[in-house]
Amino acid sequence: MGKKLLIHNDHVPNIHTLDVYRAHGGYASVEKALKTMTPDQVTDEVKKSGLRGRGGAGFPTGMKWSFLAKPEGVPRYLVCNADESEPGTFKDRYLMEKVPHALIEGMITSSYALGAKTSYIYIRGEYFYVARIVEKAIEEAYAAGLLGKNILGTDFSHDCYVQVGGGAYICGEETALLESLEGKRGNPRIKPPFPAVAGLWGCPTVVNNVETIAAVCPIVNMGGEEYAKIGIGKSTGTKLISASGHINKPGVYEIELGIPVEEFIYSNEYCGGIRNGKKMKAVVAGGSSVPILPTELILTTAKGEPRLMTYESLGDGGFQTGTMLGSGGFIVMDEDTSIVKNLFTFTRFYHHESCGQCSPCREGTGWMEKILKKILAGHGTEQDVELLWDIQSKIEGKTICPLGEAAAWPVAAALRHFKHEFLDYVKNPQNIKDVKHYYRLNNLVEA
Amino acid sequence: MKVTIDGIEIDVPKGTTILQAARMIGPEVAPPTMCYYSKLKTSGGYCRTCIVKVTQGSTANPNPMPKPVASCRTEVMDGMVVQNVTSPEVLEARKGVVEFLLMNHPLDCPVCDQAGECNLQDLGYGHGAVTTRYEFERREFEPIDIGDKIKLHMTRCIMCFRCVKTAEQITDGRVHGVINRGDAAEISTYIEQAIDNDFSGNVIDVCPVGALTDKTFRFKQRVWFTKPMDAHRDCENPKCTGKTRVWLKGDEILRVTARKDQWDEVEDFICNTCRYDKKKKSDWVIEGPTQVNRHSVIAQNHYNHLNNLKVQVMKQQKALGFMDYNKQP
Repeated sequence: MGKKLLIHNDHVPNIHTLDVYRAHGGYASVEKALKTMTPDQVTDEVKKSGLRGRGGAGFPTGMKWSFLAKPEGVPRYLVCNADESEPGTFKDRYLMEKVPHALIEGMITSSYALGAKTSYIYIRGEYFYVARIVEKAIEEAYAAGLLGKNILGTDFSHDCYVQVGGGAYICGEETALLESLEGKRGNPRIKPPFPAVAGLWGCPTVVNNVETIAAVCPIVNMGGEEYAKIGIGKSTGTKLISASGHINKPGVYEIELGIPVEEFIYSNEYCGGIRNGKKMKAVVAGGSSVPILPTELILTTAKGEPRLMTYESLGDGGFQTGTMLGSGGFIVMDEDTSIVKNLFTFTRFYHHESCGQCSPCREGTGWMEKILKKILAGHGTEQDVELLWDIQSKIEGKTICPLGEAAAWPVAAALRHFKHEFLDYVKNPQNIKDVKHYYRLNNLVEA
Repeated sequence: MKVTIDGIEIDVPKGTTILQAARMIGPEVAPPTMCYYSKLKTSGGYCRTCIVKVTQGSTANPNPMPKPVASCRTEVMDGMVVQNVTSPEVLEARKGVVEFLLMNHPLDCPVCDQAGECNLQDLGYGHGAVTTRYEFERREFEPIDIGDKIKLHMTRCIMCFRCVKTAEQITDGRVHGVINRGDAAEISTYIEQAIDNDFSGNVIDVCPVGALTDKTFRFKQRVWFTKPMDAHRDCENPKCTGKTRVWLKGDEILRVTARKDQWDEVEDFICNTCRYDKKKKSDWVIEGPTQVNRHSVIAQNHYNHLNNLKVQVMKQQKALGFMDYNKQP
């Protein structure tokens, strides 16, 4: 049984209330940090812990915090990115729903380290009920003197607000999130300047994922060095994985980084193997935008080493033979899955969510969707498959924000590893099965 | 700061963008732009036609930048090495961007008033492919009136955001903006509210395509049959300099626009009175003909030359036995 640090108490009844949460050792990190440590010491502990951003990019959190500009007389902000919209990812929802105080505790401790007097939790619109749970928890924290003026009798004051978004995927991109938080249209900003210099209302801002902020509590409690002992190499600590797809036990699992992928999929402690005794075909390891990998490449790297659940091991081989840990949206597909249909679903999503600012993403995502729809309708040609590759290569890396890449990578990976399936659909349209059913499921008009 | 673009070194002040540095060198190395406008703050970065490759970030950090960057929004660093036209990769990527821009464009140049002075035409001519690989239905919108003098053809729009920034920075209030998202995004006013203030006409000049056109000039004449002249008048509006360009056909002023520089950018924004209401030659002090690039289609405006062409066409028609359509019965 691996160590759990974030959702170890999720089975306790009423853990979402302050009293029960505190009875189980909650808010210890706030007491420890505010009463015995300086802000820089907290940042140092986070640096020592080797904690990496849990939202998808895996950027070292301690380093991100140290980049924060600290000019005199300018307020600094901490913004929690709870706009969890990556298809296949639902870990933040689970955490906020079950133990909302873990997030608020992390917000207070992190804000203390950053010197932020105000922080915001930006929750996606679809999670309105989660927002209520978090708001309730914030009320409780205010009543108990954990938020507001002079927290726990110290001279640190802090206010935390919840802001519910409109439900746009793009607002998970940090600068679009800030625009949306400012009340504008959620379009990504052109960087530089980075939020650490000019973020919310032009002030230095740190934007962190829910899980990253929650992980600050155990780091402060146990010390950064102790936390760094969990995991392998540069992938330290625990990570929440949202496992979904054709597995026996889908759900949110907290793993110690470094367990083998094979163990995660087949052990009874985690996913419990493939549903109905089928064979595994492919895995999307970190949310829909990371490259899909076939069974042989997800279980072992191209060099033949077993693949581990770490940032490095999953990324081994680059995009040719590797993928990314991403946000931890682990989607497993069995042998009956059609990669083309699956890709069409993903592409449709990115087409719908493109903000429309820059041309490659605005026009390219729709084009890719239309071509895939054509292939699924049985009218595809080999040129269409080639064209698909060409379009994705012309989107990738040429856009303002990472949505362009997020839309291009799944297409590239599916073509790289499963091109035969596309060609089969093109040459033998009679092999395309259940399209009508698929269209009905997705409220699509037949092509 | 020293920066090398396509092998040409230039010394530029701090805060210069790659695009500005390239324009200082000259049009040979300057990347094309569709959304950037030096007169408008925070413009640029959207169309991605100006992308360049940075092969060396700076002297201090000689690593190349991992992705192509938008030259209009990237400031130069000391010792930066940039590749524009010398990089096949950049040209290929730019070709892709042009294809994306033209994908949902109606290509209705024959009936578009912008034809002849359209940045997208130039871009397509210089960087585009001969045919499109897009075979699906194109996006379509109904043309709408925004204000009594401006027509909006959203179908032709490439979402450069220039008009939005103009309205925000030049006029007193912005009533139009972007609604919807992704490829359904469109420029529009809130419930067809009229754009009505004394500098609103400038959105027509900044529009790189024929999406925003002057209703007082629509369908009057192809631009290459008109003769541009620099002119000025004492404008009552204190914000307007009164320095304009009038477009003549014979002795008649067909339209008035702002003066544009080498990069097709407005020099001084003009007021609506100058633009729409002063269409008599007596309103203006004509300074002389505008210098037009010899290769521009507008420079083809030699009436004698056209007359010769007409004679030749008639000769050919006669030779081929066509009816003489020009003869009145």
